[in-house]
Amino acid sequence: MSQINGVSEQPAILVEGLTKSFGDVHALRGIDLSVPRGTVLGVLGPNGAGKTTAVRVLTTLLLPDGGRALVEGHDVVQEAAAVRRSIGLAGQSAAIQEELTGRENLEIIGRLYHLSRRETRSRATELLEQFGLADAADRTAKTYSGGMQRRLDLAASLVGRPRVLFLDEPTTGLDPRARLGMWDIIRSLVAGGTTLLLTTQYLDEADELADEIVVIDHGLVIAGGTSEELKNRVGGDVIEFTVPDRSRVADAAAAVKPIGEGEPHADPETGVVSVGVGARGSDALVEAVRALDAAGVASRGLALRRPSLDDVFLTLTGHAAEDEQGGGRRRGSRGRLRADDERRGGPGPGGRSPREETARTGS
Amino acid sequence: MTAITGSAWAPGLGYRIRWGVSDTLTLTKRSLLVWYRVPAYIFFTVIQPVIFVLLFRYVFGGAIPVDVPGGYVNFLLPGIIAQTAAFATFGTAIVLAQELKKGVIDRLKSMPIARSAVLTGRLVADTGRMFITILIIVGVGYAVGFRFLNGFGPAAAMVVLATVFGVAIACVSAFTGLAIGDEESVQSFGLIWLFPLTFVSSAFVPIATMPGWLQAFANHQPVTFVVNTMRAMALGGSLEPTLWPNLWRSLIWLVGIFVVFLPLAVRSYRRAT
Repeated sequence: MSQINGVSEQPAILVEGLTKSFGDVHALRGIDLSVPRGTVLGVLGPNGAGKTTAVRVLTTLLLPDGGRALVEGHDVVQEAAAVRRSIGLAGQSAAIQEELTGRENLEIIGRLYHLSRRETRSRATELLEQFGLADAADRTAKTYSGGMQRRLDLAASLVGRPRVLFLDEPTTGLDPRARLGMWDIIRSLVAGGTTLLLTTQYLDEADELADEIVVIDHGLVIAGGTSEELKNRVGGDVIEFTVPDRSRVADAAAAVKPIGEGEPHADPETGVVSVGVGARGSDALVEAVRALDAAGVASRGLALRRPSLDDVFLTLTGHAAEDEQGGGRRRGSRGRLRADDERRGGPGPGGRSPREETARTGS
Repeated sequence: MTAITGSAWAPGLGYRIRWGVSDTLTLTKRSLLVWYRVPAYIFFTVIQPVIFVLLFRYVFGGAIPVDVPGGYVNFLLPGIIAQTAAFATFGTAIVLAQELKKGVIDRLKSMPIARSAVLTGRLVADTGRMFITILIIVGVGYAVGFRFLNGFGPAAAMVVLATVFGVAIACVSAFTGLAIGDEESVQSFGLIWLFPLTFVSSAFVPIATMPGWLQAFANHQPVTFVVNTMRAMALGGSLEPTLWPNLWRSLIWLVGIFVVFLPLAVRSYRRAT
């Protein structure tokens, strides 16, 4: 096929009916994506949803079984070499040589992009400064913190000035502060006009960084749109509160059910109850207080809020995204999350949600 | 009249060879830098054969009667050197498995570099490491009484043959490293095939001392032919007549190993994710 470079209407990434199976596991069951130039697509989904497989097909690491995918107009199968010249990839772990310094890591990549020695040196220096690694540039990467290693890895993916950047769960495993630092860096890249496809299992991350979001579950795109559009699908505001006495969670859910526009969602493990209340706003809030009072259930942190992407995920899939974070990593971890919940043991006073654990690892 | 578009741009053969060599050298340099930073990686490749030299020279050697000029230490050294070359490829398999797991190979495969460069870069660097290790073992051998008795040319040929043998085994190891993809499994698997292959051969003891069923294997496997050839090259004299029959069998084996395992290694590299 032929195409002319520089036609701006052509999307940076175009995916049609992409399928990929590993034996009986159908990792991708026909996904469609279109990412306009210079925008950020957030691909959101739990572990094993097919996000990583999609990235691997788009970065020419895996051959798809069916459908087609174009990156910058080049077919990922027929024109893999041309695709590789347009892309950068940073995966879930830091693919750097720990024995070498940050500068050496970037210079080797520069040489592999066939930059001249001078260009290689200046590009490495420039990236080390941009990523806040200038002071650590000549230390071996082994001495870097997790966040620094991931920044170096991201820098390595940018040496060749890619027009399309793929970030596969760029902040998985980072503490909250390092995560925020990574977000700032990603925002600055996007401001520079790079097209970005970002996978994440963190709903707030997609909300924060992406122009458009697609939600993937079990190898299918189950929803797409802007963060705002997705939130509207939940149907208005949400009342949420925590029931300190875990044995009363079900009573609390029953008490607020008449107020809600849909079924309340109650998590017996964390004691968090949420219910969509449409546009009734503070009236619903007052009703909720009364209903809980009448039922004799104590609650904490009762509040009315705009729906989060957690609510979206719950509405779309019937299960919470974060349930699935307890599962294993990468390959061979396609089990459903319910099983993990059971293994982890039932609710108890010591039970913490994975999200709380994530937050606590920081500081 | 023709506009250059990304998709139509097909580099010529000369261009591809030039960058293939350049990419290979860049990746070789990366490995050399790693060893420069962490010499322990080299040290452990060397220390094991040194211990074997001392063990067999001073502990087991006295009990092993051999009929070669200069006695057991001269019998032993070519055998140890062949084994050293083969064992050095543990590193090949392990490093490839580690890089696969860490995503380093994914990163490199997603870049516009020569497809063969990751493997060739690894093999070139490991060949260098193997060559240096062999020279060190020759030096240690000299310190414990080993002597080349056949002149410089054949001695050099012996070192070259040992290195080529090591590279052939490195292709097998690269294949196992990429196909298995897990550091610990790769290491265990290496023990399973490399130990019998090198010990059940003429490397350490005369094959005639083994039980008949084992002789059948030992007499027909490549390590025996390679070691016999190396021994004839190093010592000459009464071993001279054994040189050619062992050399051509060695070469057939080596060619066979390359023809089978190099494509397998390349294929497992392409498929590795």
